[in-house]
Amino acid sequence: MSRRVVITGIGLVTGYGIGKDAAWAGLCSGATAITPIDAFDASGFSCRLGAQVKNFSAKDFVPKHYRKAVKVMARDIEIAVGAAHIAVADAGLITRAALGEDAQSGMTYPSERMGCHIGAGLISAETPELAAALSTSKSADGEVDIRQWGATGMNNLPPLWMLKYLPNMLACHVTILHGCEGPSNTITCQDASGLLSIGESARVIERDAADLCFSGGAESRISMMGMSRMIVSGRLADAPHDADPLAFARPYDDASPGGLPGEAGGILILEEESAAASRGAKMHARLLGFGAAQSGPPSVPPLAKDQTIPSDGLRYAIEAALDSARCTPEEIDAIFPLAACVPWMDRAEGEALREVFGDRLASIELATLSPQLGQNLAGDGAVRVGIAAMCIEQQMLPARLHSGKASVGLHAGPAPARAAQLRKVLVCTSSNGGQNAALVLGAV
Amino acid sequence: MGQRRIVITGMGWVTPLGTTLEGVWSRLLNGDSGIGPVTHFDASTFVTNFAAQAPPIDLAEYLDDPTPFSAAARNSRFALAAASMALRQASFKPHDMAKPSRAGMYLGSGEGPHDFSHYAAMQMAGWNPETRTIDSGVWASTAQRRMEPHHEHEQEPNMALSHLAHAFGFRGPAYNCMTACAASTQAIGEAFEILKRGDADVMLAGGTHSMIHPLGMTGFIRLTAMSKRSDSPKTAARPFDKNRDGFVMGEGAGMLVLEDLEHAKARGATPLAEIAGFGSSADAFRITDIQPDGRGAQATMRQALKQAGIDPREPGPDGRPGVHYISAHGTGTQENDAIETAAVKGVFGPMAPKIPFSSVKSMLGHLIQAAGAVELMTCVMAIKTGIVPPTMNLSEPDPECDLDYVPNAARDLNPQGGVEVCLSNSFGFGGQNDTAVVRRFRG
Repeated sequence: MSRRVVITGIGLVTGYGIGKDAAWAGLCSGATAITPIDAFDASGFSCRLGAQVKNFSAKDFVPKHYRKAVKVMARDIEIAVGAAHIAVADAGLITRAALGEDAQSGMTYPSERMGCHIGAGLISAETPELAAALSTSKSADGEVDIRQWGATGMNNLPPLWMLKYLPNMLACHVTILHGCEGPSNTITCQDASGLLSIGESARVIERDAADLCFSGGAESRISMMGMSRMIVSGRLADAPHDADPLAFARPYDDASPGGLPGEAGGILILEEESAAASRGAKMHARLLGFGAAQSGPPSVPPLAKDQTIPSDGLRYAIEAALDSARCTPEEIDAIFPLAACVPWMDRAEGEALREVFGDRLASIELATLSPQLGQNLAGDGAVRVGIAAMCIEQQMLPARLHSGKASVGLHAGPAPARAAQLRKVLVCTSSNGGQNAALVLGAV
Repeated sequence: MGQRRIVITGMGWVTPLGTTLEGVWSRLLNGDSGIGPVTHFDASTFVTNFAAQAPPIDLAEYLDDPTPFSAAARNSRFALAAASMALRQASFKPHDMAKPSRAGMYLGSGEGPHDFSHYAAMQMAGWNPETRTIDSGVWASTAQRRMEPHHEHEQEPNMALSHLAHAFGFRGPAYNCMTACAASTQAIGEAFEILKRGDADVMLAGGTHSMIHPLGMTGFIRLTAMSKRSDSPKTAARPFDKNRDGFVMGEGAGMLVLEDLEHAKARGATPLAEIAGFGSSADAFRITDIQPDGRGAQATMRQALKQAGIDPREPGPDGRPGVHYISAHGTGTQENDAIETAAVKGVFGPMAPKIPFSSVKSMLGHLIQAAGAVELMTCVMAIKTGIVPPTMNLSEPDPECDLDYVPNAARDLNPQGGVEVCLSNSFGFGGQNDTAVVRRFRG
């Protein structure tokens, strides 16, 4: 008998605030979470709008003895730690976090039956910290004197500096805090990381290597380096601080000036269905199918304005997900795509959806979330899965923002929050680099 | 439907001791060291100024058309060369498949190196040491001037996948994982699982990494994890020796073609070995330390052995232990080597002292994310030749490390019946533990 996987906990940290209820209320309100950036002085940047998580610190989500460790957490890690804490509460689980460091018993699941798969980005080192250290080795011409750096300069970095930015530290802190000693992985495929992680967790549970997994991803792009890297990739619009954020809500619009950055994380609790049922857990949704595939070249910018990247990998991934869900395209009631508002990315995504769904695509609801939440790369897949699960539970879709004109044949125009019959939905994301993942969720 | 069996049909590597399978293997059996002064950048004042550098890679030797990869980062160049050798040995081209989406990739590629001089100058731009603030305008304009789009993309850890897809035509499931020093063993293990459940027929799996750049070396120097024997680099890597003082940074790639046995048979490919088991666990202990009893390491070894159907504490029908060789994680840090030894004893009990257990990191240095793949390949070579590689520079035994580390000379096990089964360990900073078990292929 095959083991089935359900979502029993949803932990979201988004521009709308902390928790899934804040995200849901925000998404249904018709307002965007995007505001002028004030997390650092962005006055010199061409893009000054983004979706920031305000009034958030991981300190509020860790036991007292662990607060010191927050100092060695990059923002991405803090978001994952916060989201994991909320997911545990939502799932009604007791983990090590509630019992103390040395707890031997009392956890809902034994440590070795809990896995952890959290997607992460190429975490950017904090510029002020590096600037202060590097400038001690600055030569007269403004460059770093590598010999001075080697001899004395590097001692200005804290000893644990590197650990603050290793991608596997999201999973590392979460496994320590909650006592997960089962299979653990960190997938780093940019925008596809979150869904690939959820897919891997589901497979780990199916093959009986764990009964429960912490699963998802987190990333903050609200930083000097994080935004600069997106600017050189052509993913960010020129957006002055006093511009109307809604003017940038233009998914699948060839005239979109680009997307906006964000920071967000989603950690889901995935659980083997019979185990979840036997403890009386509330099930938000069931994972029905998963697929992953690689696109052909070229898969990275910079690209000419009208250049198109291939859509083959996303089509294969969606087909594989539908196939493993034993589901036809006709059964999909709504799609939660990346919809980054970046024309060359959105064109490939739209093309893959057209190839799979044909003419019916024009009547399938698209739930586009980037206009509200910005682009969160490794954070985006899991946030979409969490929102999609809530939509299935509520039989409702959030408001959809659009201030331009979506390309023909895509159901992506503006709409208020509305009731919808949602039996099976598709979530899909594609990375810069050509990795694609797709997931089919259904009602329990 | 019976359980799918997964075999290795091709292997390729780029290591500090060279790039050919047989050439590197014979140098490992010889006890050669790939370690020397850092020449990639001026490390003369760094407290650790040596490393195990891989030879320069000319992609024209490996690819029909290397031009699309002229700007590829060092780790991607290693990956392209190693994958090309692996695919050639496997006589396999994803482009030739009826459904290229049945050929996927699972890599543990590290990030590409920073473009240090630009990166550093940019970070400092507009910094006012008195007020400890940054002039946003100065910083942003410097960033836009000094950032080169291609170079920024090449730092992304998923770029090796993209380049391999471009060069060879993989369109199946594609993943990159970063679990530090455990990454490529994990990649191989998860690729094995993907094949077993039938989501692909062929997977290219392995790892590639270079942290021999200023900030990579800086990070590990600050953590005091690397050997400081700058006066004697060739003997600096001393796994299991009492006087070990840290690991030696290496770089390179290891790539394996994993394949469903029936698929391999149907196209007439020759299996080099069979993947028999995989285990993965987390320490869930501390960000800088390993569980003192090696509990996580024990769990992952037990899972892998269980899947392989091996009872570690009992002799096999031939009276020998069920595992004939263990490729140690064996970094040469005080903590790892003692705890890994304890973990192996915990799992194998009375069999532990009878199993040759060596660390090729004593010669290759630590290839970080690529280490696990290269080390698993040495296991396949041990099965093929019946000889196991030594742990070099092991001159003063540590009372805490009292197993058979094959000290200072390779050992020919053919008189005892050769090498049938090997286990390879990889443990990452942050607590991820992965173990793979490979076995001689028997039809």
